Amino acid sequence: MCGIVGLYLKGTRLRPELGRLFTPMLVEMTDRGPDSAGFAIYHEPAERGFIKITAFHPDPAFEWEALCDHIRVEFNATVRDTHNGSHAVITSDAEPAGTVALIEGFESRLQIMSSGELIEIYKETGLPQDVADQFGLSGMQGSHVVGHTRMATESAVTTAGSHPFSTGLDLCLVHNGSLSNHNGIREHLRTHKGMHFKTENDTEVAAAYISDRLSDGRSLHGALEDCLEDLDGFYTFVAGTKDGFAVLRDPIACKPAVLAETDDYVAFASEYRAFVDLPNIAHAKVWEPEPETVYSWGEQA
Amino acid sequence: MDIQNITVLDLEEMSLREANVALQADNGSGRSRPLRVLNPKGAHALACGLDAPLDIEIEGHTGYFCAGMNKQARVTINGNAGQGVAENMMSGEIWVKGDASQSAGATANGGLLVIEGNASARCGISLKGGDIVVKGNVGHMSCFMAQAGRVVVLGDAGNALGDSLYETRIYVRGKVAGLGADCIEKEMRDEHRDELRELLDRAGCNGVDVSEFTRYGSARQLYNFKIENVSAY
Amino acid sequence: MNATPWNLRESHSFDRNVIAEIKRAANTGLYRIRGFGAKRQLPTFDDLVFLGASISRYALEGYRERCDTAVTLGTRYAKKPIELKIPITISGMSFGSLSANAKEALGRGASEVGTSTTTGDGGMTPEERGHSKTLVYQYLPSRYGMNPDDLRKADAIEVVVGQGAKPGGGGMLLGQKITERVAQMRCLPVGIDQRSACRHPDWTGPDDLAIKILELREITNWEKPIYVKCGAARPYYDTMLAVKAGADVVVVDGMQGGTAATPDVFIEHVGIPTLAAVREAVTALKHIDMHRKVQLIVSGGIRTGADAAKAIAMGADAVSIGTAALVAIGDQDPAYEEEYSKLGTSAGYWEDYQDGTDPAGITTQDPDLYKRLDPEIAGHKLANYLRVLTLELQTLARANGKSHVHNLEPEDLNALTIEAAAMAGVPIAGTKWIPGHTKV
Repeated sequence: MCGIVGLYLKGTRLRPELGRLFTPMLVEMTDRGPDSAGFAIYHEPAERGFIKITAFHPDPAFEWEALCDHIRVEFNATVRDTHNGSHAVITSDAEPAGTVALIEGFESRLQIMSSGELIEIYKETGLPQDVADQFGLSGMQGSHVVGHTRMATESAVTTAGSHPFSTGLDLCLVHNGSLSNHNGIREHLRTHKGMHFKTENDTEVAAAYISDRLSDGRSLHGALEDCLEDLDGFYTFVAGTKDGFAVLRDPIACKPAVLAETDDYVAFASEYRAFVDLPNIAHAKVWEPEPETVYSWGEQA
Repeated sequence: MDIQNITVLDLEEMSLREANVALQADNGSGRSRPLRVLNPKGAHALACGLDAPLDIEIEGHTGYFCAGMNKQARVTINGNAGQGVAENMMSGEIWVKGDASQSAGATANGGLLVIEGNASARCGISLKGGDIVVKGNVGHMSCFMAQAGRVVVLGDAGNALGDSLYETRIYVRGKVAGLGADCIEKEMRDEHRDELRELLDRAGCNGVDVSEFTRYGSARQLYNFKIENVSAY
Repeated sequence: MNATPWNLRESHSFDRNVIAEIKRAANTGLYRIRGFGAKRQLPTFDDLVFLGASISRYALEGYRERCDTAVTLGTRYAKKPIELKIPITISGMSFGSLSANAKEALGRGASEVGTSTTTGDGGMTPEERGHSKTLVYQYLPSRYGMNPDDLRKADAIEVVVGQGAKPGGGGMLLGQKITERVAQMRCLPVGIDQRSACRHPDWTGPDDLAIKILELREITNWEKPIYVKCGAARPYYDTMLAVKAGADVVVVDGMQGGTAATPDVFIEHVGIPTLAAVREAVTALKHIDMHRKVQLIVSGGIRTGADAAKAIAMGADAVSIGTAALVAIGDQDPAYEEEYSKLGTSAGYWEDYQDGTDPAGITTQDPDLYKRLDPEIAGHKLANYLRVLTLELQTLARANGKSHVHNLEPEDLNALTIEAAAMAGVPIAGTKWIPGHTKV
C-alpha cells in the first residue's frame, strides 16, 4: 500500500535543512511504495493578497508563459511563475477559485496539485529517490513537509493518483490503507456537492470529503473526526495544514504509525526506520498514536 | 568474517542478511554465548529464526518481527520493538526495554516475552501457549482469539480485551477499557495467585503484589455455536 | 395437451430448494455450513474450446514427438526453486478437515508422479512430510501448528490471504472433528467449534506483507519459494500487489474452489469464477512484465486435462486440484451408497464434510471411518488420475502444435458463450468478437 512521512519543525533554526532532513525519510519508505511519490512542502510565503498554485503538465515543452499571460489578461492580475521539473508554481493576486478554474480549463493535461499561501505539492510516478531528485527536495527549505510513497492498490499508477491530495487552500492529505465505501461517497460528493474527481483513487475521495466538511464550516479537527463516522475501511491519515499537521488512525488501527518528538521537531512515519538519521533521534520521545484520536500540531488545526 | 566466534554485529558495517546468518550460525548446536547487535535502526526481521541458547543484546530500536519464531535464545532489545516482536516464539525469552508496537507476541507457542514499557494493540493475539508480561499498558484487541498461555498486564488494557478468548489466562492490575466477546472477569484462586507470582518474579517484578490483579478468562459460551449468542458475532 | 394446474406450478425464484432452505433456517436459527465448492451453474472452462490443427497449423505426433510438461516454480528469489514433472499440484487441505490417511494418500499419489502437495489450516503432519516428496507449507491467519522447524522442512511456503470458496473468510472446523490429535496440533480444547481469524494477526496489507515475506525468507535462509494465495476477489490488483510484496509464485483460487466447512452463502455468493480470475491475474503479470517470471498457479474447479490445458493456455504456469483429488482417492464412493442414504444423501451429492461422518473415511477424524481408506491404494488412484490429466493435457497441446504445454496460448482458444468470451478474453467461435474488448 504505502508509506507516509512527515516532518514539522518547531522553531526556525532547522528550516534551511528541512529538505535535507526529509529526503532520507521519504526514500527509506521506498519498499512500502515503489510506484510513485509526492510531498507537500510549506515554504516561501506568497506576499499579502497573492496565492501560489502548483500545477503539473506531462509535456516538458508546455508553454507555461502562455498560461500566465492568459491569467494576467483574464483577471488583470500580476503573475509570476517558477518551474521545477514537470511542475510550475504560479503566484498571482487573481481570485483563487477563478484562477484554478481557468488553469484547469486551459489545457486538458494540466493538473492543479495545490493552492495556498505556503503549500507546494510535487508528485510523480517513479521511485521516491528519483522523484526527490527530480524536484530538488534535499535543497528545499521550509517549516514543515508531508510526504508519501505509493504502492497502488486498486487504481492506476499515475501522477494524478499519487498522494498528497489537496483538500483546500494550504491543506493536503496522505493515506496508508484501503477504504471500503469510497465509491458511494464519491457519487454523493459528485452529484450533490458538485465536486470533480480525476482518479479512481480512494484517497482522492477522502480528501474531497474532508474538503467538503471544511467548506461546511468544520475545523480540520472536526472534519477528521467526521471521517470516523462516515469513512469505512483501514486508514492512517496525515493531513498537512498551513502551519502544522494532523494525524488520525481508524478504530481497528492495523496500518502502522509512529511519531518522534524532540525540542526541535515532530516527525511522523509509517516505520521507525525512517527516523534514524534525524538529529538527536536517540533521545526523542517515540510513540504510536492511538486509534480514533485526532492528533495535531500547529495553530490552525 | 569468523562467524563462529564473532561477538559484535554492527548493522552499519553489515547487511541484515549477514547479521542474521551470523546470529543463526549456532542454530541446533545447543551452544550458548553472548552477542551484541549495534545500530539496528529499525531494521525488520532482525534476529528471527534463532534456535540456540544465545544471549543477545540489541542496542537500539528494531523494526517489525524482531526475534520472530524464536527458539531457546534470550534476546534483549534496548529500545522499542516494532510490530510483531517475538511473533510465533516457541521458547526462550525476549525482553523489550522500551515500548512494543502492535501484535507483540502474536501466536507465540512458548517462551516468555517481557515488555518494560507499553505494548500497543493486539498484544498476545492468537497466543498459543507463550507467556507475556507487560509492565505498562496494552492496547485494544489484546489477547484476541488467544488460545493458551498467560498474559500479565501491570498497567491498563484497551478495549475489547480477550475478544473470542479460548483458554489463555489474563491478569490485569490496572483498568480495562472494555471486555471483548466471551471474555469475563473470573475468580482468583490460590493456583492463579501462585501462577501470577511466578510470572511476575520471572519478569523481575518481585515487589508487585498479586492481590492487586484481576483475572480474566473465557466464558466458553462461544465454543459451540448457539443461536442465542448470535449478537456476539 | 395437459396444462399444469396453477397450484402445481413451481416458482423459478422461490423454487423447492429455496423454500426448503428458508424453512430449515426458520427451524434451526443456524446458517448452513457445508463442504464442497460452489454447486450452482457458472461459466467454466467447458465454455471454451481449442482450435486444434489442420492446414494452417500442424499437430505433433502423439508419443513420438515430445510434449514437455515440467514446470519450475519459484525462480524469482528462492535459492531452491521447485521442479515439478507435471503442472498439476495438490492444493491445501488441512489435517483436521481430512483424516491422516487421506493426507498420506495425497502425498503418496503426488510423489508417484512428481508433483507437490500442500498442508492446510492445521499444520504439517509427519505422515504428509514423510510421504510427500515435495511439500508446500501453508502460512495462514490462524497459524495453527506453525513453527520454524516445519517451516524449514517445507519445500515452499504458501502465505494464504484467502481461498476461492470464501475470499475474506477464515478457516472453520466444527467440534466433532476437533479430536485429541487435531486439538493438540492446534492448541485448542477438544470438541469446540474452531473459528479462524480472517486476517493475519501480525500484518495487514501488501506493504506489511512485504515485510512478513522478508521475515519468512530470513528464517529459511532465502531457500524456499514463497507463494501468495488469494481467493478470486480482484485478481488483477491482488496479483499485482502480491508481486510487489515479493511473492515468487501467485496462487489464484476461483469461486468454485472447494472447502471443508464454510457457510453456503459465502461459497455461492462471493468470489468470481476461475475462468474470469485467470485472465485478470495473467493480465496483471503481463502489465508489469512478470509473466513466467513470477509463476501463476490457478485452482478452483479444475476437473480434467482440458481444464488444465485451458488454464495454461490462458497463461497459468500450473493448476492445482483439491476437490478432484479427493474424488480420485475415494470421495463420493458408490460402494457406500447405503451409508450415504442413511445420512440423507447419495454418492456424488455428499457435501457435509463439516460433520466428520464421511463414509469414505476422507473428511473425518472417526477411526472407524478413516481406516476404510487404505493410503497406498488411494495414493495409487490419485497417481493414476494425475497421469490421465497429464496425458489429456499433452494430447490437447500436441493437437495445437505445442512441444511444451507452456506454449499453449489464448489464441488457441475460442469461446462458445458470450460470458465465457468476455471473462476469458477470447473470441466467440466463428467471429472475431470479444465482448467488452473489441467491436463485432
